[in-house]
Amino acid sequence: MGIISNPFSLEGKIILVTGASSGIGRSTAIEASNHGARLILVARDENRLRETMAALSGQGHRIISADLTDEASLNNLVEECGALDGVVLCAAKGLTRPVQFSDRAHFDEIFNINFFSIAELLRLLYKKKRLVKEGSVVLISSMGGTHVFSGGNSIYGTSKAALESFMKFAAKEFAPRKIRVNSICPSMIETPLIHRGTITEEQLAEYAKRFPLKRFGRPEDVAYAAIYLLSSASAWVTGTSMIVDGGFSVS
Amino acid sequence: MEINRFIENFADQLNDTEISEITSTTVFKDLDEWSSLTALSIIAMVDEEYDVILKGDDIRKADTIADLFNIVSSK
Repeated sequence: MGIISNPFSLEGKIILVTGASSGIGRSTAIEASNHGARLILVARDENRLRETMAALSGQGHRIISADLTDEASLNNLVEECGALDGVVLCAAKGLTRPVQFSDRAHFDEIFNINFFSIAELLRLLYKKKRLVKEGSVVLISSMGGTHVFSGGNSIYGTSKAALESFMKFAAKEFAPRKIRVNSICPSMIETPLIHRGTITEEQLAEYAKRFPLKRFGRPEDVAYAAIYLLSSASAWVTGTSMIVDGGFSVS
Repeated sequence: MEINRFIENFADQLNDTEISEITSTTVFKDLDEWSSLTALSIIAMVDEEYDVILKGDDIRKADTIADLFNIVSSK
């Protein structure tokens, strides 16, 4: 029997992950390294990036600390990163605030991180040809703002809805280079983003029971979806959103 | 910081309860219209008016409006 090559392998691929200092980004980096990728870890906090680095398998990984909302820092990242087979853009900020208190300053704060920094990074990675042909882009979006509309989530949700739309335009325009662009729409995932105190831990525990699979997601639940979208297993998949929500959308 | 003004700001977040029905001893979570969205509105109001960041736990710990006023005052 011959050896069957694994289409889900990331062997030999260089993958850049933003938000790699915690949560979904950290988990995606770790799992991608377990699948053979060499990682470029990006976030603001270099110390926490080193913690992620220490958890990676294999060799040849790099850290580039960057504030994606800062133009100079973002440009520096694009200069430094080199050729990329894949990117997973996880950096994001949460906010829970009713519409009547959602003023422009709060919109700007969240949109700068969750939408504008991603649009600008993706634009430059494409324009400067950092993304190789047949590369893969994975945007971490959300069920919030596209499928689920919980009270108080208008700013976060609209930032993710904008990202979902942008993903589809980029998928169409990047197709001539066979660069694929997809997103993952997770529901509640156990990360620092959902444990920021506006919602009590009791309320969160109650909410988790409403999922058909009876728990919130784990960061690796999203990471495994990202690995599929980064790998050649998904070579014919672009412009799509993958729902990873523990069945919430059928509850 | 003054409690009467706090009660007014609190009452502003309610839709079906008259301000005359609200006092410092009102157990606000017993109000018919109390909901998680009301709680989020109170948190946002306190941020906007008093520059204080309340947590969901602060709301949980408070029974009366005076309790909440004291929590906000202490921060």
